[in-house]
Amino acid sequence: MTATGGAPARGEAGFAVPLLETRECGKTFGGVIALREVSMQVRAGEVTCVLGDNGAGKSTLIKILSGVHPPDSGVYLVDGAPAAFTSPRDALDRGIATVYQDLAMIPLMSVWRNFFLGSEPSLGWGPLRRFDVARAKRTVRQELRSMGIDIRDVDQPVGTLSGGERQSVAIARAVHFGARVLILDEPTSALGVKQAGVVLRYIAQARDRGLGVVFITHNPHHAYPIGDRFLLLNRGASMGEYGKADITRQELTSLMAGGAELEQLAHELSRDEPPGGPKEIR
Amino acid sequence: MTVADERLAGTGLARRLLIRPELGAVVGAIAVFAFFAGQSETFRSIEGVANWLDPASTLGIMAVAIALLMIGGEFDLSAGVLTGSTGLIMVILSTRYGLSVWTAMLVALVVALLVGFLNGLIVVRTKLPSFIVTLGTFLMLQGINLGVTKALTGTVQVSGLRRAEGYDQARALLAGTFSLGGTDFRVAILWWLGVTALATWVLMRTRPGNWIFAVGGDERAARAVGVPADRTKIALFMTTAVAAWLVGSILALRFTSVQANAGLGQEFVYIIAAVIGGCLLTGGYGSAVGASIGALIFGMADKGIVFLGWDADWFKFFLGAMLLLATLANRLVRRYAEEVRH
Repeated sequence: MTATGGAPARGEAGFAVPLLETRECGKTFGGVIALREVSMQVRAGEVTCVLGDNGAGKSTLIKILSGVHPPDSGVYLVDGAPAAFTSPRDALDRGIATVYQDLAMIPLMSVWRNFFLGSEPSLGWGPLRRFDVARAKRTVRQELRSMGIDIRDVDQPVGTLSGGERQSVAIARAVHFGARVLILDEPTSALGVKQAGVVLRYIAQARDRGLGVVFITHNPHHAYPIGDRFLLLNRGASMGEYGKADITRQELTSLMAGGAELEQLAHELSRDEPPGGPKEIR
Repeated sequence: MTVADERLAGTGLARRLLIRPELGAVVGAIAVFAFFAGQSETFRSIEGVANWLDPASTLGIMAVAIALLMIGGEFDLSAGVLTGSTGLIMVILSTRYGLSVWTAMLVALVVALLVGFLNGLIVVRTKLPSFIVTLGTFLMLQGINLGVTKALTGTVQVSGLRRAEGYDQARALLAGTFSLGGTDFRVAILWWLGVTALATWVLMRTRPGNWIFAVGGDERAARAVGVPADRTKIALFMTTAVAAWLVGSILALRFTSVQANAGLGQEFVYIIAAVIGGCLLTGGYGSAVGASIGALIFGMADKGIVFLGWDADWFKFFLGAMLLLATLANRLVRRYAEEVRH
């Protein structure tokens, strides 16, 4: 289930067919143009960051990618072929998993119960069919460990985990259930600096396992260290897709904020950082 | 546990014990037992034990079913009256319409399943609080019980089950006694243990068990990962109804007659036993064993007060005090279990 080998090495990714690609995708809701001619690519072993302020069209783009809405114009390609998803389930069956902000985890239930919720491994048949608890616990422990996620005890309720740990478990769950593409909806927005760093690490882990990651954020300081390509959205339109070599952190920040107050914003942001930027995670 | 983290040492064991939902009930049961056993010779004798296990058993069967339902995030106020309804159906059909006890029980079971199904269906379709929906069912059933009984018999009870066909076998199975160490115990105690074991197994070791915790803990999140929330809830209401049918049958066979107001007021005792057993009123947490121990506490107090020669009215006071204590303890446990670590 978990692809460890076979993923193209980073750098040669350019030769492979993108896992996901949108070509001039657009979406309107009634009279409102939510998304206009947005083109982007997601490649195996790469992190594509989607940046934009509130209302920039990030959620609409996620919903197209994850199969909630089909695009009204343009094409959406999965593995190079046009995709016709009618529901998120279709996308999930193709290995496109979306981890939303609220994570779909239940605080009072243990980590292992949450991990397998809805897809519990079972033993036996008929009325004796039962939840294979031993296998579930073992698998969760292995999965978390192989992602480098440090959870003391899989029996503890998810409610006792920190926000970053919960995100990490949700990511590990998506990876375990065969995701090839991971769409992360603002996974760091509600977190403190240190916790955000923890989550960024696991995003890097998923990338190193050969998954294509779509990382949605409005924080260029979270996006820049981990992103391989950056799609900037503003008021539903693309402001361009950049490779990491084509853009600096400063340019990214100012493009994102997109206007005159930005100098000041960048200034404010930079005061929070030690010289050299938040390279050091944790 | 092969992979123990060093941070688990020390606080780990204490924490694990503390977040067991049954803990409060176990402590309470020991205290209540010590209190009555210390003062009453009869209470601690083997006959005394058989005596107080009896009310605990029928209450326990219901408390376990209600606990599952509460873990699934819902209430059922109609469960108490439904024990009366099923008993009445059984006695009326077998004494007035010539059905055998077994056939009458089967009809009562079908009716119970239907009531449970409707309760569940209305709750999942309308999204109304189950408290209100089942309060409606409760009042309707109460009306039917009284109205039909009066119309048929002119009194408020039906009796004469003893003469019905199949009575002896049914009684032996559900309302008889078995001997242990020279003392007669009620067969219902075995049913109670069986129901508790089955419920615990379902809850802890099956996929539906996982879904029950999930729909009670956060229904939206459960749906998001593909848990069949509606089916789970309807099944829980139907399970409660089956338990009510079992208890209604046990009581009808034991007394051979049923009062039209049988089971009235019991619905809250079931909920209280489940809460004392560690079920949260908000759902998503609790245990079947805990609810059973909650019922045991009630059985002990119910008979213990009589053994001590006190006025039985004090039982109500006890009921209220236990409920308050248990909810306070549960709130602490929940905070402890849910606290976010930074």
